[in-house]
Amino acid sequence: MQKYLVRRFLLALVTLLSVSLIIFIMSRVSGDPRHIYLDDYSTQEDWDRMGEVLGLDKPYYEQYGMFLKGAVRGDFGESVREARPVTAVVIERAPATLLLGAVAFSFSILIGVPLGILSAVKRGTVMDNFGKFIALIGQSAPPFWLGIMLMFFFAVKLGMVPPYGKQDWNSIILPAVTLGWYYAAANLRLVRSAMLDVLDSEYIKLARAKGVNSRTIILKHAFRNALIPPLTFAGVTIGALVTGSLVVETVFAWPGLGRLAIEALFAFDYPLLQGVVITFTLLYVTAAFIVDVLYAYVDPRIRFA
Amino acid sequence: MAADLSGIVVAPPTTMERAAGVYKKIRRLPLIPVFLLSLVVIAGVFAPILAPHDPEKGELKERNIPPAWSGGEKSVKVVVERMSINERTTSVTLVDALKINPAAQIGDEIEIFNRPEGSTKFLLGTDHLGRDVLSRVIYGARISLLVSIVTLAVGGTVGVTMGLAAGWYGGIVDEVLMRLVDIKLAIPLILIALVLVITLGQSLWIIVTVLCLFIWPRFARQVRGEVLQLKHMDYVSLAKVSGASTARILFIHIFPGTINTLIVVATLQVGIVILLESTLSFLGAGVPPPTPAWGSMVSDGRDKLAGGVWWISTFPGVAIMVTVMSLNLFGDWLRDTLDPRLRQLE
Repeated sequence: MQKYLVRRFLLALVTLLSVSLIIFIMSRVSGDPRHIYLDDYSTQEDWDRMGEVLGLDKPYYEQYGMFLKGAVRGDFGESVREARPVTAVVIERAPATLLLGAVAFSFSILIGVPLGILSAVKRGTVMDNFGKFIALIGQSAPPFWLGIMLMFFFAVKLGMVPPYGKQDWNSIILPAVTLGWYYAAANLRLVRSAMLDVLDSEYIKLARAKGVNSRTIILKHAFRNALIPPLTFAGVTIGALVTGSLVVETVFAWPGLGRLAIEALFAFDYPLLQGVVITFTLLYVTAAFIVDVLYAYVDPRIRFA
Repeated sequence: MAADLSGIVVAPPTTMERAAGVYKKIRRLPLIPVFLLSLVVIAGVFAPILAPHDPEKGELKERNIPPAWSGGEKSVKVVVERMSINERTTSVTLVDALKINPAAQIGDEIEIFNRPEGSTKFLLGTDHLGRDVLSRVIYGARISLLVSIVTLAVGGTVGVTMGLAAGWYGGIVDEVLMRLVDIKLAIPLILIALVLVITLGQSLWIIVTVLCLFIWPRFARQVRGEVLQLKHMDYVSLAKVSGASTARILFIHIFPGTINTLIVVATLQVGIVILLESTLSFLGAGVPPPTPAWGSMVSDGRDKLAGGVWWISTFPGVAIMVTVMSLNLFGDWLRDTLDPRLRQLE
């Protein structure tokens, strides 16, 4: 168990390090950052001085070292657009994204898992078909379009919720549903097929033969074992929710990290962009690690391996 | 003692029986998805013949015309000689009124179209620049098809080769490749794509490159798993003993064994590729305008929705959804038919 966790932890570090390297390379390949800071009226002197301040006069490996050194201490330099530390801007925006992600994740579990169980237990009935329909829409409709349609119908036509922004408590409903639907669909399918497999197994038949009532069978005997595939998927989900927030936050003008990334991008604010990407990666790696731990907890085969 | 079977003759199946067998297989074919997919492919291939209008040119005079079946929107306005901007909703100037009704006089109340009626000239209406939405949706299929085919060919080949190598050699090769897969999962690739587009400019090739980076791990993982199973098979050992080279074993002996699975994975991946491509073009990182792409069309109509102009965004979105849905249904069917083992994976 400990060996497994240590290995997972080291792998998470390797992932973070590689992503930081990729980001560093991309920011350098895209041109000298001084082109953004300085304009035609700047002199050669300005150019050199700026290079000295930012460390651009040093060789690349040394620059990367500096970048890493700063990153470990939570220092990603200063945002060009906002003229204050990147970390401060990121911390300011992060709660909105975390909130949106958490609500969307809960939505995907609360809709996907019960519907998945019902679809499997009542296989071939109206319930099952309803589940299939929900799953099909979720996996086929592009989130940006789904968001716009939901916004048009529920906010513009019916006026039930605010169309965009983060104002009242109910402004989170549309973005969260848009973001969570795809994963609700995926969870539904996973739980359904896992349940079908488990319900077919010998020990369930034995429990039935013993006369255990079907509610206990479904919730205690079957469901617990059907949890493993969705749990594996949860790790991927959390990571993808972060990326999905890019699109959904853009559609709904949600003041989170996703929109910050897009804003930084179009303002050529590379330090800020780097900070956001690293934050995204960190969120993903942390989530994946937590899932690995949970996984070991749920599946004894891993715990005792 | 084995039973004596020498007297038993098994009749070969008659033509009728064979036909029945073939029919049984076809009967389960998901007809609607296959039909819809063919529509998309035909639309993409024959776009210049099928599209009623030029997808990139439009008359500004004919902008925001609703779909053929929807009526216009009228309101009654008072004819005045002069008006200020904020009276626009209630009044109309004499000059404009005369264009509609030559007998109009100051003080009259006349009916004016706020929005024109739909016409059969533009079946799905026109967008904010007067371009035919139907033609643009038809041409949009081209981009999606092109991107999917190229991405699948390149990304698939890379993924399969990586998977073959990882599964066959194991050890350090395997470890490195699988870590690459992990890293790919952790990077917000859409952001990387946006960065590339901002620095290098919009182009089809950037999209394809990014999408290839996105899909190869799925193929690599799948093939790796298959190779791990197949490499201990007797026929592989025999091939090795008879002196076949590694490349020959991998591509001639092992690869064909993975094809069924690959077809299924590829079908399901096309749906994801189409979704991602449209997401990129929605965010402004797709093929450069005015080339019609479904994602950018949805984005075009986004800020017109509040004014009741719903058709610009709706139809391309429906096109994406229907295509991806059909691909998913078809992929599910393929999986159940070709490779039921895969059922647990998705």
